[in-house]
Amino acid sequence: MFSPTWLQALLGGAFIGGAAVLLMLGLGRIAGISGIVANLLPPVAPDSRWRAFFVAGLLAGPALVGLVLGRDPVGVPAAGLPVLIVAGLLVGLGTGLGSGCTSGHGVCGIARLSPRSIAATCVFMLAGGMVVFITRHVVG
Amino acid sequence: MDSLLALAAGLLFGAGLALGGMTDPSVVLGFLDVAGAWNPTLVFVMGGALAVTFIGYRLVLRRARPLLAARFALPTTSALDARLLGGAALFGAGWGLAGYCPGPAIAALPAAHAGTAVFVLAMLAGLALARR
Repeated sequence: MFSPTWLQALLGGAFIGGAAVLLMLGLGRIAGISGIVANLLPPVAPDSRWRAFFVAGLLAGPALVGLVLGRDPVGVPAAGLPVLIVAGLLVGLGTGLGSGCTSGHGVCGIARLSPRSIAATCVFMLAGGMVVFITRHVVG
Repeated sequence: MDSLLALAAGLLFGAGLALGGMTDPSVVLGFLDVAGAWNPTLVFVMGGALAVTFIGYRLVLRRARPLLAARFALPTTSALDARLLGGAALFGAGWGLAGYCPGPAIAALPAAHAGTAVFVLAMLAGLALARR
């Protein structure tokens, strides 16, 4: 497990915020990962070249951190394949229906003080907390 | 030029996720586990991200337009409807099962763990399903 210090975590967060601000300044776009990825699925949105490049950067980011820190920050999956399939379907379907995920709602939307994003973030945090409580403390 | 900017933003985003421990599902699940050995890392990550974005957006959105686009593309819907809240609940449930949300899962792909790839494939299927 990679346990960043609170300063590393804060700095990592500032990087994420910097990326969101850069994307808004340059392209006028919200840095919401689920939306960026959804629009790369067929039928691909016509203006999607920037989305592909953003995802390329996203894929390369952790390797860069690994190089600087001298250790791999990416952990291992925390569940078995059947659970990961169900979880992936829920995350895809849920962020698609709910128009955003931790980045689009939790960071960009809350920074805009969007009532939709604040509500969505409260709901997904609560749901996530409830599921972890059940899997770790009720049936776990 | 817009491609280069998007690449830089993606790189910064992915580096931030990794530096903050967010590409490790055990760190994220530790945050969601308030009744167990609670891990506050996500609070610092989200706090740092929100502080920068909150201030940065206010400066950027004073401009008439972005540097490389005709206009700012901001969401205009305001309804707190069942689709939003139900979707968020489904997302949260999946997040709690795996400890992956979309950004970290994709950023973790190059580490080549089969489980991460399976999660991302299922997530893409879910996203496609939601668009139908």
